[in-house]
Amino acid sequence: MKDEGSYRRLSYFQLMEVTLRELLVEKGLLTEEQIEAEVEDMRSRTPERGAKVVARAWVDAAFRKRLLLDGTKACEELGLDVPKLRLVVVENTPDVHNAIVCTLCSCYPRMLLGIPPDWYKSRNYRSRMVREPRAVLEEFGLRIPDNVTIRVHDSTADMRYLVLPMRPAGTEAWDEVRLASLVNRDCMIGVALPGAS
Amino acid sequence: MGAPRFKAGDRVKVLRAYPVGHIRTPHYIRGCVGEVERICGAFPNPEELAQMRSGEPKQPLYRVRFRQRDVWPGYRGADSDVVEVEIYQHWLDAA
Amino acid sequence: MIGRSHHDMGGLPAGRVEPTEHDYAAWERRIDAMAVLLWGIKGGERRFTVDEHRRAIESLPPADYDAMSYYEKWIVALAQCMVQRGVVTTEQLARRMAEVEERGRA
Repeated sequence: MKDEGSYRRLSYFQLMEVTLRELLVEKGLLTEEQIEAEVEDMRSRTPERGAKVVARAWVDAAFRKRLLLDGTKACEELGLDVPKLRLVVVENTPDVHNAIVCTLCSCYPRMLLGIPPDWYKSRNYRSRMVREPRAVLEEFGLRIPDNVTIRVHDSTADMRYLVLPMRPAGTEAWDEVRLASLVNRDCMIGVALPGAS
Repeated sequence: MGAPRFKAGDRVKVLRAYPVGHIRTPHYIRGCVGEVERICGAFPNPEELAQMRSGEPKQPLYRVRFRQRDVWPGYRGADSDVVEVEIYQHWLDAA
Repeated sequence: MIGRSHHDMGGLPAGRVEPTEHDYAAWERRIDAMAVLLWGIKGGERRFTVDEHRRAIESLPPADYDAMSYYEKWIVALAQCMVQRGVVTTEQLARRMAEVEERGRA
């Protein structure tokens, strides 16, 4: 496995990655194929998977109920494999807006949505989201009215979180595929709303 | 594990303590009073797992809801705004 | 700050959230992959825990914690844990890193 691309000298940390990988393979803990397969597996985990879950919840009230009771089981119902994920789904309503953060590190429902974005792991987001969620959401361009409660969820232990946004108005006739296209990663973290009709 | 000490709706207070080690109870919530939103189940203690020990017996884990105005002096936002944090039983006392 | 670990930053003053993201490089993805595999999440033998990994990251000196990128922190933590667990020795790391660097010069 080679580092493709530029011929820059490897950084200290890249040297460490090559070193550790070689040693782990030589010692029989891992194989290059396993590592490559895992890289591909994580690539296949994308926000589109979460969007499928949201769209199904929008069209199927019974599924929505099951999703809110046990997020993991509901994902598996849709054929989404989510190893070791303990998913808590929190729903937005006209009175409540939800947002997710991990102040201590970067916990995120990776097995469903994939690797989180840099900003989610940043000092500024992790520090301020619990204390001034309204100001942070405004920086994302989302203004939550004062009569709407904000629930911030700090992912400190074994659970992982997904925000179930409200279905946008004017989408009553839309099918699931079209509905899912409205839902992006940021909606499911709670820093954005699904696209308008 | 033993039976969970708390159930949804119980008022609990987070220990106001600052030990060393790998801790998953954030500094900002220590000493705060909230309400149990749900019991999540029981899991191996991460404080012990971090030290290469088994983390057994599993510890009850709760989601606890706190009013933001109770957590932050001068909180700017709705009175009803909350922060919800997962906290292990051994960090909680009845309030 | 006494009694507060550097990583435990909820509620501390901080700047504007810059919605930056980057497409993770191959070496970063491999680090993620190695950690996930060694945690035993994908069915393989658990060689260390995510908790040990987090502890290693939290133990980084504050200036390093802030300056290092996400996966730079991860690879250092992974190496620390592998040494801690006796999978590799510091000498093995040292000699192989020097050798890899030499290869790069060749």
